[in-house]
Amino acid sequence: MTAHKSDVNTAVSILLTPSGLDLDALDTGLSYALGAGIDYADLYFQRTWQEGWVLEDGEVKEASYNIDGGVGVRSLAGEKTGFAYSNQITADALMDTGRTAAGIVRSGKQLPGQPVVAVSAAGRYAGLDPLAGLTADEKVAMLKEADRIARAADPCISQVSASLSGTYEVVLVRASDGTLAADIRPLVRFNVSVIAAKNGRRERGGAGGGGRYSMSRLRDENVAERYAKEAVRQALVNLEAVDAPAGQMPVVLGAGWPGILLHEAVGHGLEGDFNRKGSSAFAGQMGKRVAAKGVTVVDDATVADCRGSLSVDDEGTPGQYTPLIEDGILTGYMQDKLNARLMNMAPTGNARRESFAHLPMPRMTNTVMLAGQDEPADIIKSVKRGIYAVSFGGGQVDITSGKFVFSASEAYLIEDGKITAPVKGATLIGNGPEAMGRVSMIGHDMEMDTGIGVCGKEGQGVPVGVGQPTLKLDELTVGGTQSS
Amino acid sequence: MAQAFDAAAQQVLLTQRAEEALALAKKLGADAAEVGASVDQGLGISVRLGEVETVELSRDQGIAITLYVGQRKGSASSTDASSASIKATVEKALAIARYTGEDPAAGLADASLMATDLPDLKVHYPWALTTDEAIDLALACEKAGRDVAGIHQSEGASLSSGEGVRVYANSHGFLGTQKGSSHSLSCMLIAQDEKGMQRDYDYTSARNPAMLRDPAEVGREAASRTLRRLGAQRPPTGTFPVLFDPSLSSGLVGHLMGALAGGALYRESSFLCDRLGSQLFPSWFGLEERPMEVGATASSPFDAEGVQTRNNRFIDQGSVASYMLSAYSARRLGMQSTGNAGGARNLRLLAPLTPRDDLLKQMGRGIWVTELMGQGVNGVTGDYSRGAAGFWVENGEIQHPIEEFTIASNLNSMFAGLVAVGDDIDTRGSIHTGSWLIDAMTVAGN
Repeated sequence: MTAHKSDVNTAVSILLTPSGLDLDALDTGLSYALGAGIDYADLYFQRTWQEGWVLEDGEVKEASYNIDGGVGVRSLAGEKTGFAYSNQITADALMDTGRTAAGIVRSGKQLPGQPVVAVSAAGRYAGLDPLAGLTADEKVAMLKEADRIARAADPCISQVSASLSGTYEVVLVRASDGTLAADIRPLVRFNVSVIAAKNGRRERGGAGGGGRYSMSRLRDENVAERYAKEAVRQALVNLEAVDAPAGQMPVVLGAGWPGILLHEAVGHGLEGDFNRKGSSAFAGQMGKRVAAKGVTVVDDATVADCRGSLSVDDEGTPGQYTPLIEDGILTGYMQDKLNARLMNMAPTGNARRESFAHLPMPRMTNTVMLAGQDEPADIIKSVKRGIYAVSFGGGQVDITSGKFVFSASEAYLIEDGKITAPVKGATLIGNGPEAMGRVSMIGHDMEMDTGIGVCGKEGQGVPVGVGQPTLKLDELTVGGTQSS
Repeated sequence: MAQAFDAAAQQVLLTQRAEEALALAKKLGADAAEVGASVDQGLGISVRLGEVETVELSRDQGIAITLYVGQRKGSASSTDASSASIKATVEKALAIARYTGEDPAAGLADASLMATDLPDLKVHYPWALTTDEAIDLALACEKAGRDVAGIHQSEGASLSSGEGVRVYANSHGFLGTQKGSSHSLSCMLIAQDEKGMQRDYDYTSARNPAMLRDPAEVGREAASRTLRRLGAQRPPTGTFPVLFDPSLSSGLVGHLMGALAGGALYRESSFLCDRLGSQLFPSWFGLEERPMEVGATASSPFDAEGVQTRNNRFIDQGSVASYMLSAYSARRLGMQSTGNAGGARNLRLLAPLTPRDDLLKQMGRGIWVTELMGQGVNGVTGDYSRGAAGFWVENGEIQHPIEEFTIASNLNSMFAGLVAVGDDIDTRGSIHTGSWLIDAMTVAGN
């Protein structure tokens, strides 16, 4: 589907028409943000409708609805950025915010205007309102079903909470380089969290997922049942978990969500801004070996309907498939327009912002390690004593020193090539480039995560995806409590 | 270029809107309703390598409405506070309330708990700062840091200054307003040796700009924190005492408060369920909330439900003396609100303080942690495992920087194993505490 033309029409009718504005008015708006010495300016219009339903104790206790929107205006001069925004989409607001943004520069020469070009991009998801996919009664019924199934699954389950949320987002970008682009972005998610109690011990289990599609698909795919059962299974596993070991050992990561390893260990370090500023442990490594042979990592905004996918990014650049590491060699960075221009590279469709009230930055979309040749069972068999981690809470990286951590929420011991006792969640810590050099086996079972990731950078959260096959790192530090 | 912000006029405007929303909710059929409205305005400047990088003017506003029809609840919010939008928001909240379940615990906080003592706690200090002045302060901060020998790269310095007004009103007739300000300056620098790059930062933040530290001092401190990390090694794997820097021990207080929060307790998601009255810390340790402290970070005479705030003693002589409850969580637990809807305000330790150097001597051989990474804290079980960086200590003396290791234990054992609290109190946040020396944690390194 190539939805750009109709998306622009839809976006104009939603974002501009109600205030009596049209596309021509944006030229005027842009002219305030331009001026002597300004290389580039853009207007970012956005409106979001957000809905959240929460079930506890078998009843829907919380339901909320939020409407947000406005315009963000940015003026760039060299490495300088001026930025202002307004909740009001009006001609006056465009003038005020434009003049404020342009105020950063006071001298230099005026650039010639560029002809307007509507960006042509393939649609990576349907431009629909996901909230309208189910009636309120159907939404409540889904949550109650999750509750019923989780409670019926095991007598140890003492608490169940389930949530259903969705966002309908409409954006329109108009930039001084001629860019005119729009995107209609649905995003939905269903989550189940349970507490299991047995013999005075209590543990949590959780599962969830979603993507860029209608809420009706969550129902059609029966996620209430699937995630309820999965949450119960995880809680019961954790009830049996023993203390995790401490120290260095081989670590096998399961397919899918454990791909947050890539997000933390390499992804952030390959964002253009950190490399332009020389603050990333990967700076200056282009063309060099930064991971073991066989390791290929891409940032892929084009995966159909995925949580991190983008038809166009927040600067109007089409979402792309961007190789970052190919067979262990660093081959690409993720770029927005500002950093690409300053580094003499091309934008890669990775400019993202939390909202119109935030500045865009180079960010990940779906970060994925491509499949290898190994049989997952053989990977487990190859480990004498180590850890098999299949689910994680979250992670963090210091892009300068390269140190990264991620915390397991479901993990097992591997003893003599066999998966044995579950272990309590432990934090794994390593150094990005070093850890990627220690990838020794890569499974053929590449899988995307279920659609739960939120990435934070400089205080801005954006939805992301990760994916990877089962893989083995010969050595990583496991932060358990058993040091013997 | 700074936009004028008339806090008094905004206060009048927000009050009118809140009252308009409440009247409308009542007219359209809600039995009870509450409204929160706010406007914030700010200036953000960042500089890097002696040049301006970003100049950002922010202005955020919002109105949130929660209403009750019988025991059913619906909420809606919008960033558009026009009359038309308020009407649409109230209607949406009412529509949603038709689908939520009956909840006997739902509703406003009891009318008898509404705050009546509403003093001005002096948390609003506007800063008449021009963009150029803000740029100069940030430039001075970064320059002082970059002038320190050994600093080779910079992530820059940032200054942010903002003020705002918030109003909370409910259908008991309670209406509370508060004007507040927040100003901060930070700097992050990078240094390099043959082993690689290290970065660290320092910041100062205050409600009153006159209380901010000297920009050059912040830059120099960021430089010294960065340089001391160069040449980091990995510590051995084993069990060692751990000294938490004040910026991190406040996080331990945060985990404690998370576990004392009513929402975690009634969901059985806290390792402190059913622990009221039981010993958690050594008997010399106490923790109190002082919400009415004048000029402090989180001061407020009323909580997020209009309930009068009060000095809560959460830990008394080492025992759990009180939970942290909102009206809803209190009803769920068969208790009374502690005036903590929206969290705790201004937490202060009640403990003898030890000079920091004496803490190192007491520790002897162990780890001084100055940075923690990742989540790694399980609130349900208290299990704790986090990435860390810091310094190796032998015979009470700091030896060398260490990195790429984890520290692990359980919060129950950590709290019981609190040996002493330092006199190096960090007053930048809402939790004021010095360093914490914990007797033993598992360290995973080499």
